[in-house]
Amino acid sequence: MTGKTRDNYNENYLAYVKTQDPPTKHFKNCLSAFGVGGLICCIGQFIRFMLEYAGLSGDELAGCTSIVLIFIGCLLTGLGVYDRIGRHAGAGSIVPITGFANSVASPAIEFKTEGWIYGMAAKMFTVAGAIIVFGVFSGVLVGLVYLFI
Amino acid sequence: MGQEILLILLAYVKAFAVGGAICLIAQIIINFTDLTAGKILVYFMLAGVVLTAIGVYQPLVEFAGAGATVPISGFGYLLASGAMKGAEQGFFQAITGSLAAASAGVTAAVVFSFIMAIIFKSRTKRN
Amino acid sequence: MVNQQIKIGNTVFFKNLPRIKSFAAICGSKEKEGIIGEYADITLDDDMYGESTFEKAECKMLTNAISLAIEKGGFKEQDIDVMLSGDLLNQIISASFAARDYDFPFLGVYSACSTMSESIMLAAMLVNAGYVKRAVAATGSHFASAERQYRYPLEQGTTRPPQSQWTVTGAGGCTVCEGDEGIKITSATMGRVCDYGVIDVNNMGAAMAPAAADTIMQHFKDTGTQPTDYDLILTGDLGALGSRIVKDLTWEKGYDISSRHVDCGEIIYKVIEDEFQGGSGAGCSAVVLNSYVLSKMRAGLYKRILFAATGALLSTVSSGQGESIPGISHVVELEY
Repeated sequence: MTGKTRDNYNENYLAYVKTQDPPTKHFKNCLSAFGVGGLICCIGQFIRFMLEYAGLSGDELAGCTSIVLIFIGCLLTGLGVYDRIGRHAGAGSIVPITGFANSVASPAIEFKTEGWIYGMAAKMFTVAGAIIVFGVFSGVLVGLVYLFI
Repeated sequence: MGQEILLILLAYVKAFAVGGAICLIAQIIINFTDLTAGKILVYFMLAGVVLTAIGVYQPLVEFAGAGATVPISGFGYLLASGAMKGAEQGFFQAITGSLAAASAGVTAAVVFSFIMAIIFKSRTKRN
Repeated sequence: MVNQQIKIGNTVFFKNLPRIKSFAAICGSKEKEGIIGEYADITLDDDMYGESTFEKAECKMLTNAISLAIEKGGFKEQDIDVMLSGDLLNQIISASFAARDYDFPFLGVYSACSTMSESIMLAAMLVNAGYVKRAVAATGSHFASAERQYRYPLEQGTTRPPQSQWTVTGAGGCTVCEGDEGIKITSATMGRVCDYGVIDVNNMGAAMAPAAADTIMQHFKDTGTQPTDYDLILTGDLGALGSRIVKDLTWEKGYDISSRHVDCGEIIYKVIEDEFQGGSGAGCSAVVLNSYVLSKMRAGLYKRILFAATGALLSTVSSGQGESIPGISHVVELEY
């Protein structure tokens, strides 16, 4: 490997590039993330109340709430609406569970042209697979720690 | 009656504030680092697991309801609390508990994505 | 000012003056709203171009650009000796799949977004040396196929950082021939790969600007010219941010290109700088050169231009492994 290492990078140039960067609109980004994120959580709360009214409770209630939200996320992804929301909302649409649904549904729709098995199914978890892997691993870790203390 | 409506309204306000705040933290992290969406999702899920394990997240869920369960950290909360409940029952449950608790979300994501992939086609966008 | 030497430094001089006889460009629906729309031969309303996948659409655009360039030059398919082409997709599938529709030989070239200037340069070399009489140089890109290969699925709701650029949907091609009709290709400078250590894959402008500055200054040095000798110094897809950087870098070394410099990526869309920096992709410089710029040259508006398409030589694997982004730029000098 004869490539450049971090030692001989042109630090001056990188520092100069930083000064040329267009400013990030912190306030606007944060406001829209807060607003959209809060709104999605309110919708979640609304679904929760509705399902509670329908007679669900406990784990079932929590599970069904996320199922409905994931359905909404997948549907909006399929309709091509979610990426438009995401462009403006930033983290406000990434962090809620609908963003997880979006990260599963979008590669599924996109890679369908490469076949149903190696395209759609295999690539479905290109982004969300990391969440499952780290989630399961850390969950097992937590379970074992709690088992032995 | 009036008090009940007030309680419901309060639940919405709390969900909005806490859920919005979690997204706000994520946005601030995105603004100041160049983390991509996938990494943010993983870190927030892990944060949910850790906070649940040390007992901080459970009170937050009781306080904010959907405000704490809808963000991806709530997914981590599900995983961790499932594992913790399982650990009370034995070794096998300690290992399977986390994914069992989160199975609703994962199943829904897979099934609905499959259906959407059948129905919809990817489209190019212009802005 | 005919130079006797065939090569000085990294610059090759074409004694026999190969000509760009005809050119054609196709652009997508977003691009046609910009200045390119009036000059492109075909503008698409539907970026799928009637095909079932984006890759097929890209291939079809490229095929049509090539066919149209051949047709506009008054040639038939059997008149063409070779075609040089490339694109952004893995294993340059659009170009090679486009080539299967033709009988003439195909040479695949790849230097990311600077493929257009590299293929013109190589075509000019072949024609100048007399190996071929007529060559086609073409390249193209498609927003959706590039997005899916280099970034995220289209439907995924991610934010675009303000440094990012928009891959151009379009294809352009031209015929390089011997003879005395058309736009002269007088010299070309082969670019060196420059890597100043930019890692941010969204900031391609900053990654490519050093390469553009390096090759442009090398050209000035080798030919003994000054920026003011040219009517236009056209860089490929640096975007608004990269254009500022390239002006600064050349100014620092004593060449002031600011009055002559135009960037294809910056002019192709209406750029709102705090949202995105402009167009990018192999199609960007190809479409702008083969529609607007060459038309204006033919109309006599520009006499002598430098075309320096710029490319970022990265892949998803290299950026995943934390490698920085090497840039490259090849310069072609055109005269009419």
